[in-house]
Amino acid sequence: MPTYKLQINGKMLQADVEADTPLLWVLRDHLGLVGTKYGCGIAQCGACTVHVNGGATRSCVYPVSAVGSSPVLTIEGLSEKGDHPLQLAWDEVDVAQCGYCQAGQIMTAAALLKKTPKPSDEDIANTMHGNICRCGAYHRIREAVKLASTKA
Amino acid sequence: MENVTNSRRDFLKKSAMTGGGLVLGFNWFNVEAAPVIVADSAIAAGNIGFNSYLSIAADGIITIMSPNPELGQNIMTSFPMVVAEELEADWTKVKVLQANLDNKFQRQLTGGSGAVPHSWKLLRTAGATAKAMLIQAAAQKWGFPAAECSAAIGFVTHPSGKKSGYGDLAEAASKVPVPTDVKLKDRKDFKIIGTRVRNVENKKIVTGKPLFGMDVYREGMLFAMVQRPESFGMKLKSVDAAAAKAMPGIVDVVTFKNNVAVVGKSTWQVMKARKLLKVEYEKDGAIESTDDHNKLFLSLMDTGTATVRRKDGDVDAAFKNAAKVVKGEYQCPFLSHSPMEPMNFFADVRADGIELIGPTQTPAGARSQVSKLLNVPEDKITLQLTRLGGGFGRRLQNDYALEAAEVSSLMKAPIKLVWSKEDDMTGGVYRPAVRYRFEAALDASGNLTGYKLRGVGINSGNSTRENNFPSGAVDNLLIDSVEHKSPITTGAWRAPITNFLAYAEQSFLDEVAQAAGKDPVAFRLELLEKAKAKPVGDIRYDINRMIGVIKLAAEKSGWGKNKNVSQGFSVYFSHASYVAQVAEVEMQSGMPVVKKIFAIADCGQVVNLGGARQQVMGGVVDGFGHAMYSKLSFKDGAAEQKNYNTYRLIRMKEIPEVETHFVDNGIDPTGLGEPALPPTGGAVANAIFKATGKRLRSQPFIDQDVFKAIS
Repeated sequence: MPTYKLQINGKMLQADVEADTPLLWVLRDHLGLVGTKYGCGIAQCGACTVHVNGGATRSCVYPVSAVGSSPVLTIEGLSEKGDHPLQLAWDEVDVAQCGYCQAGQIMTAAALLKKTPKPSDEDIANTMHGNICRCGAYHRIREAVKLASTKA
Repeated sequence: MENVTNSRRDFLKKSAMTGGGLVLGFNWFNVEAAPVIVADSAIAAGNIGFNSYLSIAADGIITIMSPNPELGQNIMTSFPMVVAEELEADWTKVKVLQANLDNKFQRQLTGGSGAVPHSWKLLRTAGATAKAMLIQAAAQKWGFPAAECSAAIGFVTHPSGKKSGYGDLAEAASKVPVPTDVKLKDRKDFKIIGTRVRNVENKKIVTGKPLFGMDVYREGMLFAMVQRPESFGMKLKSVDAAAAKAMPGIVDVVTFKNNVAVVGKSTWQVMKARKLLKVEYEKDGAIESTDDHNKLFLSLMDTGTATVRRKDGDVDAAFKNAAKVVKGEYQCPFLSHSPMEPMNFFADVRADGIELIGPTQTPAGARSQVSKLLNVPEDKITLQLTRLGGGFGRRLQNDYALEAAEVSSLMKAPIKLVWSKEDDMTGGVYRPAVRYRFEAALDASGNLTGYKLRGVGINSGNSTRENNFPSGAVDNLLIDSVEHKSPITTGAWRAPITNFLAYAEQSFLDEVAQAAGKDPVAFRLELLEKAKAKPVGDIRYDINRMIGVIKLAAEKSGWGKNKNVSQGFSVYFSHASYVAQVAEVEMQSGMPVVKKIFAIADCGQVVNLGGARQQVMGGVVDGFGHAMYSKLSFKDGAAEQKNYNTYRLIRMKEIPEVETHFVDNGIDPTGLGEPALPPTGGAVANAIFKATGKRLRSQPFIDQDVFKAIS
């Protein structure tokens, strides 16, 4: 089995896995980073969203062999103290119900704010449309992204 | 102020000096519990084996165990709020921990929107009793009568200027006699209840900490996935697992019942190997398709054997003498619960006992079923509750926990068993598909003189709620139901039965109001006034509370004020609460667009305003999304939608604005996790009717003609 050296959350981590193993399962089963969630496995729900090279990526369909030297950022590495503007906004707006999709929501939003620090309502809706929240917390997700964009 | 009486067995206290911390603990669940020594360090280390106690540590930190499974209803925040209110605690010093399954707790389950109503008084009494003991301890220390002391924000004070923190008083408080009657606070003095308090697990959720069953990893644990029959009505015939077993990382393939479990060293290896299984199935029952069900609905509606659920007056005479008869039929498809977190459970079946960890709405049920399955006494089984990544009723069933236990038993190894999303969507326990026929008899003045409802459902049990409105308001009424038994399995889905019945009924009442030439709101109020003045038979809903939400909804939404939108009305009683909704629709490019939904809830006293709004908004989005977009259909016994690419769930761009209001009436809390969902489909369908003149007779609405207009 090949060994992959991955740059994750600013650290070099290593995993012995098959080349087609999705990044999601490398993070979860091999590296103990369980904040990134398995939802659908076919890039439809966004629960597994991480950043690869700064871009929001569905890790459930992204093979580890494609990562190469690209930096990977997961929810655990979004901020050192859990105080990224989105994380603070998520708490302030009290977004989560069951909470399972929220790491993916936050990582999707974080990529948006990086590219578009002051997104319009339409930008937010267009970007977040790809992430499912089965509890239906969409109003608060939208509000929290907006709030974070005013404070970032 | 309310006086409540404690008995010794309601309120056990215990001193525990070990670790220098925990000095006061009590059982707030009204059940006899063995005295337990709880060390502060045990809680700090997350060892929650002793868990029916509220505790106050020397540093003033108050730890409250939350017994009920948390799936997003926010119970981990609302329960402690109630205790903290009566305790006069400093909320910033309250720490909440999820309790494991423990016989000391009553009703340790999540379902039926019943947790807060059930525990309201117990929680308040627990807090008030602890407060009384802390005050007593301070009074003794200072030499003042207890009546002269008071408590607020974690301190007991005396007008002389004496002041002590709860942490300093806890040890002495644990030694004073437990008061036999304590006073509960007046509502007007509530400082925490009714305010907006943020979810106590927010920080963990937004930083990706392990919280869910899927996040359980254990040294030496193996991963398992199960191949089940792809069609309902089929059973396992043969398995060729050679190719799967030869894959890297695969430890074994084991067969039990109709299931083939692939067990390996990582999730991905198991997923890959599973595709190489060669499994044959054979017919074991009826193989049904949605087309068959559609035909069955029509034939059973006329010829099915119906069970009478309620009969008032002489319905035949009423229809014979009617000036006008209105008929309407409505149909709803099967739905998958599809919570975001797939089904999963950890089980370690060992010679000395069984350890279970995972997400379930019914932990006691999981334990008792595993006990029966493996013939191991319940006291040899522990169950640790994780947070649930959604439930919606799916996790009332423990089939996946039983599978984990069975595979662990066969493998003699700790197992984490995981379902894929496809397994979940094709694996059964659906909301049943149902068709309703309503008939109404009107007299010459447009009064409702007769009402008939027949429900025909697939594995739906009683698909009616025969004692709900308008029962009680109609002199002649007949409600019955027909059930078709199918191999396709069904189960409770958020607001069981009412999640589709309410849409059908509220749509039909709109039809009747229209036929009677009456305003839909005025028509409902007229019926309720009649039920009040001249009740017919048994009435199980509170007429005044229903009138209250209807009137408030009309006021808040500007009902009948000729707004430039088409409004639809709906009101429903479920889980002891009342919710009225008004949907507003605008036509855009020839298509109806739902712009806004007003939701007015009477759930009695709101515990957490933030959480309550969230339950209502989420319930409306859930009700709207599924009514609009979701369906599960069958072809030859197999679900045709297998994942989110074909099973459509609502997404952000599709949500209407939602405005919520609560009736403030001081009644003790009633349910809120479910009641906001049922009325939504009807309000939306009625608004779309107003806008287009078309009745939406089946769900999902998106499949109906009004959404097929060329834009």
